[in-house]
Amino acid sequence: MSEVIVITSGKGGVGKTTTTANLGVGLAMQGKKVALVDTDTGLRNLDLLLGLERRIVYTLVDVVQKRVGYGQALVRHKKYENLLLLPTSQVADKTAIEPEQMLELTQVMRNEFDYILVDCPAGIEQGFQTAIIGADRAIVVTMPEVAAVRDADKIIGRLQAENKDSHLVVNRIRPQMVKDGTMLDMTSINDILSIPCIGQVPDDEKVVDSANRGIPVVEWDDSVAGQAYRNIVRRICGEDVPFQTFETDGWFTRLRKKLFSHH
Amino acid sequence: MLDALKKLFGSSAPSGRSSDVAAQRLKFVLLNDRANVSPEIMERIKNDIIHVIARYMDIDTQAMEIRLENDANSVALVANIPVSSMKGHGVKLKKR
Ligand SMILES: Nc1ncnc2c1ncn2[C@@H]1O[C@H](COP(=O)(O)OP(=O)(O)OP(=O)(O)O)[C@@H](O)[C@H]1O
Ligand SMILES: [Mg+2]
Repeated sequence: MSEVIVITSGKGGVGKTTTTANLGVGLAMQGKKVALVDTDTGLRNLDLLLGLERRIVYTLVDVVQKRVGYGQALVRHKKYENLLLLPTSQVADKTAIEPEQMLELTQVMRNEFDYILVDCPAGIEQGFQTAIIGADRAIVVTMPEVAAVRDADKIIGRLQAENKDSHLVVNRIRPQMVKDGTMLDMTSINDILSIPCIGQVPDDEKVVDSANRGIPVVEWDDSVAGQAYRNIVRRICGEDVPFQTFETDGWFTRLRKKLFSHH
Repeated sequence: MLDALKKLFGSSAPSGRSSDVAAQRLKFVLLNDRANVSPEIMERIKNDIIHVIARYMDIDTQAMEIRLENDANSVALVANIPVSSMKGHGVKLKKR
């Protein structure tokens, strides 16, 4: 059985591409055959997060415009050979791909992959339509901030109108702030939005470090975000994994932060 | 003394749990966002209402109107449906 999952958010910069890269590598680590499709035409980044930026020859735009078959544009991951990236063009814009072309492509690719993850651009314009059209289900990424939650709600409305089964990922949670009552937690966001949560990912410096290297944190045992992504992967595969509770800062770290923060 | 300590360690932000404030504000703003229902959906709601009510009474579908009204912290679906006559097929309506 193959599944097409779109990773979307409404608001920009909340972690769609990071989530796509981590879930893709995580699923590949589970032995699944995975394709990652970047639909953020003009602003592609998925290749960078996977360390594949120097291997791109053809793009999604070449494929939908029938210059090459999709097999020729796929870039194989260096470590996981069952993980392939279909990059998009960095020069074309979102109008280069029609939703119907994307639908056709995902239908064909289904025959070859267990999972196809589609990285969606920010916004609700044509790029969004193109990204979601071929998907069976959606993962909506949001952050514990009022603007990100509001935009997620708008996207969820759109997805429901298209009958897409949707799940929520709350990204960049800061446990100490949640404990102090200065940040929304997963449960209250879940209460406000109308779809179930499939994961909560803490804010983790290692995410930046991993992006620098082109190696997603899901591979790193000592990363709290990596652990969160591994849990989401298992939930996608149908396992029932309990939600983590995150460690907050000890009294010493808290005191240090108070003393050295400048308000 | 306490104030002095607060000044030393605290910030100038208002006190209280801002996460609760965020949740409250979001609930309201989403209620309003979601209430901006498209005209097509409103038309469908209207037709469904006509369908249900017509089983019990004759209504003036031309004159009826429905709309969403929001005030400071709630959204209401307001319907004004003129009734021309009641249907008599065994439906007992309570008299007030
Ligand atoms: N859990 C996390 N901890 C720390 N930093 C994170 C986390 N998730 C994402 N980031 C950082 O947030 C930034 C935005 O992430 P990303 O590019 O994945 O977002 P996006 O939703 O794809 O953005 P865009 O809308 O521009 O496509 C990046 O710098 C990334 O490293
Ligand atoms: Mg992105």
